[in-house]
Amino acid sequence: MSSPVFVVGLGAISAIGNNVAECLTALKTEAAGIGDINNLQTAHRGKLPVAEVKLTNEQLAIRSGLPSTISRTALLSMLAAKEALDDAAIQNISSLRTGFISANSVGGMDRSEDFFAEFLADNAKGKLRDVVNHECGAVTELVADKLGIKNYITTISTACSSSANAIFLAARLIKHNMLDVVIAGGTDALTKFTLNGFNTLMILDQQFCKPFDENRKGLNLGEGAGYVVLVSEKVMATLKKEAYCTLSGYANANDAYHQTASSPDGTGSFLAMTGALEKSGLKPADIDYINLHGTGTQNNDIAEGTAIKRLFVDQYPKMSSTKSFTGHTLGACGGLEAVFSALAIKHGIIYPNLRLETPMVDLPFVPERKFLQNVPVRNVMSNSFGFGGNCSSLIFSKI
Amino acid sequence: MKTYIRATGNISPQQSFGHQFLTEIIEHTGDRLTCIEPDYKGIIDVKLIRRMSRIIKMGVAAAMECLQESGVTIPDAITTGTAYGCLEDTGVFLTKMVEHNEELLTPTAFIQSTHNTIGAQIALMLQCHNYNNAFVHRGFSFESALLDGMLLLAEKEANNVLVGGIDEITNISHSILSRMDLYKCEQISNLDLFTTKSKGTIAGEGASFFLLANASSDNDYATLDGMHTFYKPTSATETEQQITSFLSAQSISINDIDLILTGRNGDTKNDELYSQLQQSVFKNSSTGNYKHLCGEYPTSMAFALWVAVNIIKTATVPTVISKEVKNKPKKILIYNHYQNIHHSLLLVSAC
Repeated sequence: MSSPVFVVGLGAISAIGNNVAECLTALKTEAAGIGDINNLQTAHRGKLPVAEVKLTNEQLAIRSGLPSTISRTALLSMLAAKEALDDAAIQNISSLRTGFISANSVGGMDRSEDFFAEFLADNAKGKLRDVVNHECGAVTELVADKLGIKNYITTISTACSSSANAIFLAARLIKHNMLDVVIAGGTDALTKFTLNGFNTLMILDQQFCKPFDENRKGLNLGEGAGYVVLVSEKVMATLKKEAYCTLSGYANANDAYHQTASSPDGTGSFLAMTGALEKSGLKPADIDYINLHGTGTQNNDIAEGTAIKRLFVDQYPKMSSTKSFTGHTLGACGGLEAVFSALAIKHGIIYPNLRLETPMVDLPFVPERKFLQNVPVRNVMSNSFGFGGNCSSLIFSKI
Repeated sequence: MKTYIRATGNISPQQSFGHQFLTEIIEHTGDRLTCIEPDYKGIIDVKLIRRMSRIIKMGVAAAMECLQESGVTIPDAITTGTAYGCLEDTGVFLTKMVEHNEELLTPTAFIQSTHNTIGAQIALMLQCHNYNNAFVHRGFSFESALLDGMLLLAEKEANNVLVGGIDEITNISHSILSRMDLYKCEQISNLDLFTTKSKGTIAGEGASFFLLANASSDNDYATLDGMHTFYKPTSATETEQQITSFLSAQSISINDIDLILTGRNGDTKNDELYSQLQQSVFKNSSTGNYKHLCGEYPTSMAFALWVAVNIIKTATVPTVISKEVKNKPKKILIYNHYQNIHHSLLLVSAC
C-alpha cells in the first residue's frame, strides 16, 4: 500500500494553450487567457470576462477525431487525455490494466441547454442527440471509448474539487493493485448554466480576477481539461522515460459549513492540507510551492489563506493561483493544476499570481508575483476546494 | 478483511422506509414508479425541508435512517452515487434561464443542482468533516461509491462508511427519456412486468443508503464479500467469463450461491442476456428479480442490495422476489446490467 505512484504523462488544454507546451509558455510569459466571450452564445457577452479555449467545436472535433456535435466538454477532455497518454508513451499498454477516471461538473450541459430551449417550447421538439450525453458519465465514456479504455471507468463530481478527487482515487486503485495505469483528471466547458449560476451568486468579477488581492471582486469562469497519467512502480520500471514526479500525498475533507461558502477559518481546507501532508510523511517546511485554489472570491481566498496561515505558521512556501491565467475551470481545475504542479517540479519553476496589487491585510504572506526559474521545487501542494464543502489537497514530489 | 453491512435506509416505490421489508407490496400502474416518501418532519429540520428538492430530502432521510439504525453518529466517510444528480433543481434553473433570457435568476436551484449536494447536505447536517465523495457514472455510479467505501475500509482510513445510491425521475426527465423509447407504451401494473412480453421497461427511482463497517456489530445484515463491474462486454460469452472469474476470485462456485438476484427489467431485448445466462452459468441456480418493485434506473443496484441483505437478515425470500428458493439463503449474488453497457456483480453472505 505504501508503494509510490508515478506521474508519467501530462495533458492540458485551457484558455492559455491547446496543449501542455503552449500552457507552459503562457505561464512563463505571464500571458493570461481571460477575455471577452467569443464562443459561448450567451446574453452576458461583452459584460463578463471568461477564459475560453481558443478553438471552436469544429476545430476541436478535427483535432480530437470526435464529431463536432457532441459536448464541448468531451472534445476538450479527449484532446488533453490523448496528449497525456501519448506523453506517457507506454509501449505495451494493451497488456496492462488501464483506467480512465475523469471528473466534470455538469456533463453534456452545453448541448442540453440548447436542446432545452426548443424542448420547453414543445416537449416533442429538440434534437435528442443533443441531450443523450447529458449525464456526467456519458462525457467520460465518449472519451474512454475513443481511447479504447475499458478496464475501469468512472466519473467524479464534487464541484470544484472533482478532478483532484479523480487523481486521488486513481492513485488508490493503483496502490490496491487493481489497475496498472490510470489517466486521471477532469474537464469542463463553459456553459450558460454555470455562467448564470455563478452570476446569481454574485461572485463573478466583471474585470479580470485578482486572486489573493485585498480588493479582489470574484472569479472568472474558465474552461479546459487536464489529465495526468499515473502508473505503478512495476510499470514505471519498464518505461524508457523519466517520471515527472510522484503523487505522494492526498486527502479529502468536508468543510461542513455551508452549501456554497467556505468557513471563515477554512476548516475543510486546513483538514485537507493537513491530511495530505500526513499521508506524504512531509512537514509543512518540506512544501516548496502551493498551487492555491485561489479563485479570487472574497470568501475562498480568506478561508484558504487563513488555513495556510494556521498550518504553515512562519515558514510560508512560495505560492500562487494559476486561475489568474486560466480562470476557474471548475471540474477541470484540479487536473490542470496537477499538470502545472508536475511541470513546476520538473523544470524548477514557480508561476506568478497575476494582477496582485494589494496583498490581503489579514494574511502574513504574499503569493509570488513574478515568474521564477532555477528554484529547487521538491514538493508541491495543489489545493482544490468546492461547493458542498468538498476540499481536497494533493502533494506531488520530486523523485 | 470482511466488510459488514451494519445498517440500511431506503426510500423507494415500495413501503421501505421505517425498515419494512416488502411486508406489503405496492402496486403501481403506468410507466413510472414514484417513491413513497415519509413525513420528513422529525427527520430533517423543518426550515431545511422547505428549501430541499425531493431528491435531496429522500437522500438525506434515507441516510439519516441508516445512521440511526447503525448507532454511528458521525461516519468516517460519506460516498454517494447518482447518475442524473439533482434533476429537479437542474430543470428549475434551466427553465428560468431560458424563459427569462438569462436575467432575473435566483441562486437556490443552481446551488442545489450540483451532483454532490446530497453528500454535502448530509455532512452539513451531521457537521461531519470526514472524507466525502460523489460518483456520477451512469450505471456505475452506486458501484463506484461502494468501491470507494470498501477501499477506505481496506486502507484503514475508515472504520465505517456511509454509502448511498440516489436517482430521481422528474416530469422533464421522464418526458425526455420516454422519447428515447425506453419505456413501455402500454399501461401495465408493475407486478405484471415480467409477464408482459413487450418492448420497454418502467422507469424507477430511489434513495438507498448503507453503513459499511470493517468490524462485526453482532447485529449486521450481511457481509459484502465482493463487487465487480465490467463495461461493454463484447458478447454473452465474455459476460459469462466475467461472472465465472468473479466467483473464482471469491473462491466459490456458482453452486455455493443460494439465490441470484437479476436485473431483468421487462424489456424483451434487455432481458435476452439474463435468459441466456439462465441457460448457461445460472442454469442450476435459483433466481429472483427486483426491478418490478423499484423500476429501472441507473442506481437500482442500491435497491437490489437492500433486497439482498434483507433476505439474508430475515432469512426469508418474499415470493414477489422469487418462488424458487426454499431454504434460508446464506449467499446471494446480484447481477445487473444497465442498457448492456454497465454490468455489475455483488456478492453478499450471511454473517
